[in-house]
Amino acid sequence: MGANAVTIKNFAFAPATLTVKAGTKVTWSNTDPDAHTVTSKQGSGGPLQSTALATNDAYSYTFTQPGSYAYYCTIHPFMTATVVVTA
Amino acid sequence: MTEDTRDSNGDGEHGMTRRQLMRHSAWFGGAVVLTVVAGEVISHIPGSASAAPASSADLRFVQVSDSHIGFQGPANMDVTGTFADAINQVNSLGFRPDFVMHSGDLTHLSTPDEFDQVKQMMSQLDTDRVFTVPGEHDSIGDNGPRAYRQAFGSNTVGDGWYSFDTHGVHFIALVNTLHLEQLGHLGNDQIDFVRRDIAGLSSDTPIVIFSHIPLFAMYPAWGWGTDDAVQLLSMFRRFSSVTCLNGHVHQLFSKTEGNITFHSARPTCYPFPKPGQGPAPLPQVLPAGRLKDALGIRTVNYWQGNHALAVKDTKLA
Repeated sequence: MGANAVTIKNFAFAPATLTVKAGTKVTWSNTDPDAHTVTSKQGSGGPLQSTALATNDAYSYTFTQPGSYAYYCTIHPFMTATVVVTA
Repeated sequence: MTEDTRDSNGDGEHGMTRRQLMRHSAWFGGAVVLTVVAGEVISHIPGSASAAPASSADLRFVQVSDSHIGFQGPANMDVTGTFADAINQVNSLGFRPDFVMHSGDLTHLSTPDEFDQVKQMMSQLDTDRVFTVPGEHDSIGDNGPRAYRQAFGSNTVGDGWYSFDTHGVHFIALVNTLHLEQLGHLGNDQIDFVRRDIAGLSSDTPIVIFSHIPLFAMYPAWGWGTDDAVQLLSMFRRFSSVTCLNGHVHQLFSKTEGNITFHSARPTCYPFPKPGQGPAPLPQVLPAGRLKDALGIRTVNYWQGNHALAVKDTKLA
């Protein structure tokens, strides 16, 4: 797993907290047999909004602004994680 | 409950069933008796008349659940085929159910094509009326709920909820798959709808509530519960009989809390593990030939004048 990759496995985002520098493109890969989404938490105004990712689907987003980005899977909302973007 | 003479056709079968009922009766999850006979699970409140022949019931309806049309994977390589089998099984019950309810996760990815396919398939059901409630797999993104309501939302209010009456039973169909944070969620608009909906009902009206996600805390760590269900259910304390029928958990489970009985249904797609067994509610891959044992349909019988309903779960044939 690279420093800019999140794996979705067993209904969890790994790592649960990923820290990257601004300008980094982060890629989420779904290895589960069920579908998941990568979606900014409601009300956070965050930018993450994947479609439903089937098995082996991936989603990428390039973070340009420093900050803490909480996200979850809208299908399984108990799956939560964070990307921390540093300057 | 007196024996109905119309039972004479199936007397031997029913007689055998009743003897086996006596032998195999067991207690599970509170005061619901679950009886397993030849692939069927029969649930009833002690003292109710569920052993009466189904042929005498005044109201007979069917629940199917979790077809996940569009899923592809080793847990079920042909979800369309198993859903078609479930439909055929409903059409072969030997009676025409008054209605069929699909309790959600009709589709896997909420696409218009998947909804169209489910609608087409359910039009093959030999019944007067087909009802649905959405699952979280029917509610993905902004487009999912829109596509669901386009296909199935006529005659609903709010975000797709509704109620109806038949044979003296009041049915409420809820949407608890929108605006999720950790668990299922109903929201104040829907709870207000229910409050108004039941305000004029006499307390001895039997109530049946359909939702996709359980209205009881079956296993919150996996999202198997509804965060504001207590607000909803507290409005039903005055009723003699409340039956909540849900899907979502892909396995049978029954329990009672006071006057309320909860029944989770089998799916038609693939099973999940029992609560907490394993890291997550991952689709279970069963040994070859065993999948249909984990899938099934549910029939519910009601005799007017009784409070309780008899719930019978049957494996996919």
